[in-house]
Amino acid sequence: MQLIVNIIVLAAIYALIACGYVLIYRVSRVMNLAHGELTMLGAYLLFTTASLFVGHPVTAIAAAVILSLVVGILVYVLLMRKMTGEMVLAAILATVALGILLRGLIVLFWSAAQQHPLQALRFSNPPIELVGGARISTCAALMVLMTILVYGALFAFLRFGRWGVRMRAAGQNPLLAAQRGVNLHSIYALAWGLSTLTGSIAGMLIALDSGLDQTMVIIGLKAFSPALVGGLDSLVGALVGSLIVAGAEVLAIHYVDPLLSDVVPFLVLIAMLIVRPWGLFGTREELDRV
Amino acid sequence: MSRQPRASGYFRTDYAEDLALLGTRLERVSASLFIIALLAFPLVASPFQLDLACQVFLASVGSLSLMLLTGYAGQISLGHAGLMAAGAFTVGILFRETNAPFWISLPAAALVGGVLGIVFGLPSLRLRGLYLAVSTLALHFVVVYLGGEYETRRGFSTGIVIDPPKLGGVPITDGRAWYFILLIAAAATLLLCLNLLRARTGRAWRAIRTHETVAEALGIGIAGYKLLAFVLSSAITAVAGALFAYYRGFVSVEAFSLFLTIQYVAMVIIGGMGSLLGALLGAAFVTVFPYIIEAGLLALPGAQRYAGVLFAVNYAAFGLVMILFLMLEPLGLVGIWHRVQNYLLLWPFKQRPVTGGRR
Repeated sequence: MQLIVNIIVLAAIYALIACGYVLIYRVSRVMNLAHGELTMLGAYLLFTTASLFVGHPVTAIAAAVILSLVVGILVYVLLMRKMTGEMVLAAILATVALGILLRGLIVLFWSAAQQHPLQALRFSNPPIELVGGARISTCAALMVLMTILVYGALFAFLRFGRWGVRMRAAGQNPLLAAQRGVNLHSIYALAWGLSTLTGSIAGMLIALDSGLDQTMVIIGLKAFSPALVGGLDSLVGALVGSLIVAGAEVLAIHYVDPLLSDVVPFLVLIAMLIVRPWGLFGTREELDRV
Repeated sequence: MSRQPRASGYFRTDYAEDLALLGTRLERVSASLFIIALLAFPLVASPFQLDLACQVFLASVGSLSLMLLTGYAGQISLGHAGLMAAGAFTVGILFRETNAPFWISLPAAALVGGVLGIVFGLPSLRLRGLYLAVSTLALHFVVVYLGGEYETRRGFSTGIVIDPPKLGGVPITDGRAWYFILLIAAAATLLLCLNLLRARTGRAWRAIRTHETVAEALGIGIAGYKLLAFVLSSAITAVAGALFAYYRGFVSVEAFSLFLTIQYVAMVIIGGMGSLLGALLGAAFVTVFPYIIEAGLLALPGAQRYAGVLFAVNYAAFGLVMILFLMLEPLGLVGIWHRVQNYLLLWPFKQRPVTGGRR
């Protein structure tokens, strides 16, 4: 029972981070290797706002969420906008470079020591007893709820929202979309903003649950695996992929070796790339785009 | 090989001249002067400068091999640190388990690298671009995990200590000796790359990079040449890792993080894609860069306060430089160098003639 709970919580973490990869890839065909750092940045933003607005946790959280959206948009406007139309490798490397820059800046501003936004917000994190004797911490439960909420909102937004439809159009055929009057730059900027937003929410919740330090980047990088296993351009795929990868990881930790936790997602990734490179729900034509 | 404009009066009249590495007298003279300078450098350098030069040579071996793969064959790899780790761990494990001398463990490292090259390269037969980057990245983590697993299982949790290699019974510990060994390694790698690139293999790789389908239509065996690129590049990289292990006398997984991969990719980018000179320039730049930052930071007032954040400043500055190069100078240092060359060659004119059809 506890195993199942662990799998679901880890899957929620992965899903919430992975949807950022999917959003950006689906809209602009860029693989964002700085997503882990952006996730971490979101968590640090919450830490800062929490110490700015002492006693107003809601204000602090809202401010951090809005700031992360702004950060995402800024990343596009200042950096990735210049990389549109360049080689795939150049765009990927730009995100890698951004990641390194962010990592350095984060240590400069917030130091490398472990931080605890939970205390800064004056929240407590009591475990909740579930049926069958399993336990789940409040923040982890919140994480699962948030994942459901975010995915529901994203599905609705992409399906019915005016900007959502434009986003899908831009992803399908940028040239046609542009000719039909879709402003590609604002669409891309929105995708980066949303992706950073969802990543940051994940980062904040992880930080609330288990503290905040540089290792969060690894979680962000590991979450790339579910995105690809499910298919880089499919949100449903990201959900399913998260469940698969989280399942494999938790079972491997429990039955084989705790050291495996950093490798299992990548092993699943390699297996998937060998069998079905475009992922479970991805579109096959992706392979010939490069 | 070079598509740069030449001074007038130099025409190639036969194939031998076209294949010659040093065509003109100026090239021969400057190359010999450069070699003499390299040979004389240890006589005047301080131990710190010698160490820096050794690091540059080590980095050159690695960046040349990555340039072969990415810059010429067009295959993206984010697993470079994993391959170096494989080479270093081959040396470490062979030394610990069998006490093997270096003339066994270096070829063994190359062999391990070559085999891993096949493993890394097999996905490239099906995957391209982004997916290849991801699969090599994943393999990096697997290799590093295996190395870490060996460390913990055998009780070397902080790392494996390696004795300096012995040449004729004398252990090599002197900085000057290392300088010449690594210089020879870098020069041998450079010659190997030059020879590969001006022969059939190099032409096939460039054709594959330019357009795979057309290359296949021309009768180039895509699968074979891609795998060859991976195997050769990985073998050289593993040897670089092995040399690194011997030079440091110490192997640990911490040295082979993802950041090392990024550094090597940065060397290729900053140096300039598709140019061996670029690989060398990039290696020198990326290796020396942190020391420049450190010196600059310590020259500021209140230097002691910055000592703790030095690595963070390094990270940030490194990321910034990479971004600047990607955005402002995609051709890298070689692009700048070529522009200077053009300027001098064309002087007093500013532009190359438009007509004539020659680039």
